[in-house]
Amino acid sequence: MLLSEIAKILSCEIFSCRENLDCEIQYGCASDLMSDVLAFSQPGAVLLTGLVNPQTIHTAYISEIKAIVFVRGKKPQEDVTELAESKSIPLLSTNYSMYEACGLLYKAGLESTMEYIPPNSSKKSFNSSS
Amino acid sequence: MNEVFSQTYEIRGNDFQNAGKVSTDIKTLLKQLGIRPEIIRKVAIACYEAEMNIVMYAKIGTMRMDIDTEKIKITVSDQGPGIADIELAMTEGYSTATQEMREMGFGAGMGLPNIKKNSDEFKIESTLGIGTKLEITIFIN
Repeated sequence: MLLSEIAKILSCEIFSCRENLDCEIQYGCASDLMSDVLAFSQPGAVLLTGLVNPQTIHTAYISEIKAIVFVRGKKPQEDVTELAESKSIPLLSTNYSMYEACGLLYKAGLESTMEYIPPNSSKKSFNSSS
Repeated sequence: MNEVFSQTYEIRGNDFQNAGKVSTDIKTLLKQLGIRPEIIRKVAIACYEAEMNIVMYAKIGTMRMDIDTEKIKITVSDQGPGIADIELAMTEGYSTATQEMREMGFGAGMGLPNIKKNSDEFKIESTLGIGTKLEITIFIN
């Protein structure tokens, strides 16, 4: 799914890297915990989060997250936007809640970045893939 | 060891303003050196978790990166409180993070386990009241 489609589905306002809206997004990922994003995400995902600070941008850059959508109408401050520009990471904002935004993208066919672990699986957590 | 590159970075405890800068600089450098993206991602995640641990818990620390033709070795040493029970600290979900750290999006108890997960070789030593040392090795090929 193109980032421009995600922006349309979630009626997003765009704050950085408008020129990257034609990039392909393979997965969706949603968390306010950057530790979990670092542990469980895969490259090529869009991150939906309510956490608006420089660590969100650093986490995205480190984890190969392609774009960030801030939920619940949160908007980045200038320092966050400048950092995202320097790392070529598009920042978007939607008025939808995290739950609604995830639901809309899932319904539109965007896959989850995290593998589902069935109950009673021998795997103890998302990241015990080895 | 056929060393081709070595660099040491200083990281200050409680410096949340610059937290993450060393790891993002390392990632940018590895890209310039032409290291494969999947290797860069493992190194960057391990470095970032280790950097955040220094910022959140230690007074000061260093991160040294040695690259040769076979591997990238990251040595992280800090002066800090040390870890009382390393086995417990390596358990996913165990955390001693403060509310401030959690508000930054950290302190989920995934840091050390995630460093280990992204390492091919991982060593940890810690002395209470002195500090903690991590040796992270990631093979290039």
